[in-house]
Amino acid sequence: MKDEIIVKVNQVNKIYGMNHVVKDLNLSVKQGEFLTLLGSSGCGKTTTLRMIAGFEEATSGSILVEGEPVENKEPFERNVNTVFQSYALFPHMTIFDNIAYGLKVKKFKKSEIKEKVSQMLSLVQLEGFEKRYPRQLSGGQKQRVAIARALINNPKVLLLDEPLGALDLKLRKQMQLELKELQSRLGITFLYVTHDQEEALTMSDRIGIMHDGILEQLATPREIYEKPATRFIATFIGETNIFDGRIETVEGDFAKVLLENGSVIGKGEGFVKDELISVSIRPEKLKYSMEPVEGFELNGYVKSYIYVGSVIKAIIVLPNGYEIKLERLASELLPEIGSRVFPYWEVADSVLIHSFDQTFYRAVEDIQYG
Amino acid sequence: MRRKHKVQRILKMVFCCCIYLFLFLPIIVIVVNSFNATTKKPYLSWKGFTLSWYMKLFQNEELLSSFGMTLSIAVLSTILAVIIGSIAAVGMYKYKFKGKALIDGLLYIPVVIPEIVLGISLLTIFSKAGIPRGLLTLVLAHATFSIPFVVFNVRARLSGYDNSIEEASMDLGANRIHTFLHITLPVLAPGIGGGALMAFTLSIDDVIISYFTNGQVKTFPLKVMDSIKSGVAPDVNAFSTLILIGTTLLVVLTQSGIFRKNNKERG
Repeated sequence: MKDEIIVKVNQVNKIYGMNHVVKDLNLSVKQGEFLTLLGSSGCGKTTTLRMIAGFEEATSGSILVEGEPVENKEPFERNVNTVFQSYALFPHMTIFDNIAYGLKVKKFKKSEIKEKVSQMLSLVQLEGFEKRYPRQLSGGQKQRVAIARALINNPKVLLLDEPLGALDLKLRKQMQLELKELQSRLGITFLYVTHDQEEALTMSDRIGIMHDGILEQLATPREIYEKPATRFIATFIGETNIFDGRIETVEGDFAKVLLENGSVIGKGEGFVKDELISVSIRPEKLKYSMEPVEGFELNGYVKSYIYVGSVIKAIIVLPNGYEIKLERLASELLPEIGSRVFPYWEVADSVLIHSFDQTFYRAVEDIQYG
Repeated sequence: MRRKHKVQRILKMVFCCCIYLFLFLPIIVIVVNSFNATTKKPYLSWKGFTLSWYMKLFQNEELLSSFGMTLSIAVLSTILAVIIGSIAAVGMYKYKFKGKALIDGLLYIPVVIPEIVLGISLLTIFSKAGIPRGLLTLVLAHATFSIPFVVFNVRARLSGYDNSIEEASMDLGANRIHTFLHITLPVLAPGIGGGALMAFTLSIDDVIISYFTNGQVKTFPLKVMDSIKSGVAPDVNAFSTLILIGTTLLVVLTQSGIFRKNNKERG
């Protein structure tokens, strides 16, 4: 992957009336990468995409495609193409005409159009569908047409707005792999928007997580899972246990954290004494012992077990009633329900998260002014 | 049980036949009477088959010219209503503005108020404004009562309309005009066409409003009204029959066109 920046979003804000939808967004998309904007509905991810496509105007800030500012360019003047969630196929045109649309607009020769369309059709495995109409196609086929229609223009960046949202689970999984394969084969930059974290983890080179209009973290799927930057991300991506507390002592990368229920050790850089923090530990990394473990003052009792196929989930209740989850192989011998256990973890498996992140500041602001 | 079903089925058939008889008997009477050789008013008793009324019809220049006038009024008022109505429908679908609900509700008023009220009010306006009554006032009046029907038709089409197809078109490099001509218009065409057809037929057979706004101009329905004071003249029957055939053909053509499309969809 080249490190050339193809789309640059600079300090972009979008405000609709009283709604601040996108806040000070900075984003650099590299040439040839598959970047996903992930977030729940209303987090500003689709608005960001639409601003890059030219359907929405940024309230402030600038957007550059290939180093050129595009704010004053109409959608039809930008060298990006979009795949819409609703597919947005032209209902009155055949599949051939749908795919050929972009080339026809640009007045390509008929023979050239024909050749390119058939190339596209074979790329998305829809040979022989030229004469059909969109209403005669299944959801997955429509999606393929939408992708072919966008790709035929050879865009610098393909913007995809929840393109698989309307498909059923099985088809979605299949299309995820197809899309990823297509992207790496063509080498076109994909900027993908979804609310489905699994989809994002499966396909992306990098994921940007948006929450309330703010890009909270932009990193590889692995980094995001293993080193979530905010409390929101830790809970949003996968399952996790969160312990809120205060740092008592710091020794190198390790910190002793005082909790309501006791104290634990966590790993992280740039933390100071007395700072309010959260510790995140994934259920599969959480361990237990029947004896107290050095460094951890934490105990609870086993409340219940849930079988989830290959693994079994244990719910452990701490003295203040807070429940934590722990995952073990189903074949393991586990303590009886009601037994007293001492949860702990390998310090390297835990993640310390600043509580004073933007989310927290916003919450404080909301309380003061809201 | 089975016998009961049979009785039910027969009753249903009889009922349906009655309805269709009720609907079509008057039309049959007109068609039959147009071939009636009687020359005695009120032209009701059967005196044998003749085509003479049809011959006579084509010599009745007044009747023919009134029909020509009706057609031109219908065409003009339809064009006017389609332009205004389609733009209104699209505007009301796409944009949010204050008073939208009110304007929406007001659209139904020309549809539900008695035509005679609309006729009188149009007459008042035209005479206050000093517009001489004639072709212009007829076209304006017909366009007035046709616009809501165009709006309703286009809006029905819009309800299934995905706004993002216009965005997709622009995304693929088409400017606004190209997008309008190649995407918006063709997709809305069935709605616009339906509205136009409705406006056209409403205009052709309008009597009451035309009566108030016609001045010296005689439209076909007004001409017919004049001539039936002494029983329906058989040449009017003949003309009605021709119109009937014309419209039936039109309906059959459009319907078969739709069927063809449906077949293709399945294939």
